[in-house]
Amino acid sequence: MRLRPVSAIVLRQIYLLRGSPVRVFGLVVWVTIDIVLWGFITRYLNTVSGSGVNFVPTLLGAVLLWDFSERIMQGVSTAFLEDVWSRNFLNLFSSPLSIAEYITGLVITSMITSCLGLITMLAVATAVFHLQFFALGISLAAFIAVLFVFGITLGIVATAIVLRFGPAAEWLLWPLPALLSPFAAVFYPLSILPGWMRAVAAALPPSYVFEGMRGLLAQGPFPGALLLKGGAIAAAELLAAAYLYAGVYRRAVRTGLLARYSAEGGV
Amino acid sequence: MTDLISNAERVAPPPDRAAPREHCASPDRPALRVVRLRKQYAGVTALDEVSFAVGRGEIVGLLGPNGAGKTTTINVILGVLEASSGHVTIDGIDIARSRARALERTNFAAVYASLPGNLTVRQNLHFFGLLYAIDSLAARVEELLEEFDLGRLRDTRCGLLSSGEQTRAALAKALINRPGLLLLDEPTASLDPSAAQLIRAKIKGLAARQRCGILWTSHNMHEVQAVCDRVLLLSRGRVLLEGDPNTLPREHGASSLEELFIRVAREPLAAVPEVAR
Repeated sequence: MRLRPVSAIVLRQIYLLRGSPVRVFGLVVWVTIDIVLWGFITRYLNTVSGSGVNFVPTLLGAVLLWDFSERIMQGVSTAFLEDVWSRNFLNLFSSPLSIAEYITGLVITSMITSCLGLITMLAVATAVFHLQFFALGISLAAFIAVLFVFGITLGIVATAIVLRFGPAAEWLLWPLPALLSPFAAVFYPLSILPGWMRAVAAALPPSYVFEGMRGLLAQGPFPGALLLKGGAIAAAELLAAAYLYAGVYRRAVRTGLLARYSAEGGV
Repeated sequence: MTDLISNAERVAPPPDRAAPREHCASPDRPALRVVRLRKQYAGVTALDEVSFAVGRGEIVGLLGPNGAGKTTTINVILGVLEASSGHVTIDGIDIARSRARALERTNFAAVYASLPGNLTVRQNLHFFGLLYAIDSLAARVEELLEEFDLGRLRDTRCGLLSSGEQTRAALAKALINRPGLLLLDEPTASLDPSAAQLIRAKIKGLAARQRCGILWTSHNMHEVQAVCDRVLLLSRGRVLLEGDPNTLPREHGASSLEELFIRVAREPLAAVPEVAR
């Protein structure tokens, strides 16, 4: 893998962000709104529940981590869609750029944009709602790592869907996280779910993260086994997503879909 | 039509289905060699045993009516479309085996592949320069901005440029890697006659100066006669005629290249297999 083509993909997004402050605004404003909204909901729940349970770390922490995962996915797919929207596919793929270099560039881009969102969320949640996120210690890094890999996987699958079904399939991407969130058990324990939903949840790495986080906040031990299992599933699914993308790309080259993308960019 | 038959036969190379062996870049090797290229989509034959070569410093016109297979040929050469059979070598490098190495030596410009409109001219050149891993990129970008008179537009977004300026920017991008093979799909299609003439002169100079092989598609027969050393007339996925654009019409009893083009384009569908065979 060559560094300069990878840096080209990243640089293109930096140019876009630098050239349009509205794009930066979009990266931070929605996550801020989410944190503010859920922050007040958790405060309200604290006052009415009377159970003594602090909802701030469980609910607000979950919202923050799930938003982070979603932003990672959107970071990958938006950077890809920029090339669809600007009908740049032919220019890109007729260059020596390899698929691995392209995907790596998209992932690095996503890391940069989602970190902006994460820092904003942490700042608002800590300053306004006194979320003690770093109290989770080393577990926090493990949670974020698993969710990061899951977000990348989701982003790669999303771009493969657009590559396979055409630019109009863009509208299938955005609801993906919302579709998965009930199964990921972001806000409630897995035991609440019916059997078939638990079976789906078992294939989703975030369900291990959120279950582990809840256990830890309930003064349980470090959820090493859960995180290990979630991490292994996340890594396996990332490999499967890369394999899927490579297959979809090969098919697009064989069928002429890739060549048609420039003409169909706006469809 | 017997002339067409004999020409089609002359164009086809000896039947050698074995994939070519790869070689190091050599000044004696053609910039591009296309051998028995075939592309079928769900029962439709888009390319049928297309073979030709483009020498170094040579400008070859790829002509044909809409749907003849010109863009399909270019897409296969660029590696964005897989051929059903046959092979393409760029500077002796097989695109199917060593895609990145072959494409490092190639570039292209087409009206349907404009540069991202939300980046400035300089940003676009820098972006594509990195994709092609160009050394001393900043200097190369400056060189191209000057060569294509884009200096004053360097910080203008490409989407805001006029057609002529966009063409110049696309050509600057196409030359960023000093390609040994340049593919130009109707490069002057949206230009006024004066701008088109300037671009033609620039490209002709480039072929002579850099010994760059150029494959040029156009529907402007006067342009083709002014620029191309040789033309290939493609119809329904087959190369029917090949030769000097200035003598070819006479050789086939036509008064002009345009008349010859129209004759080939209007050949009834049923007659095509006979012509091709």
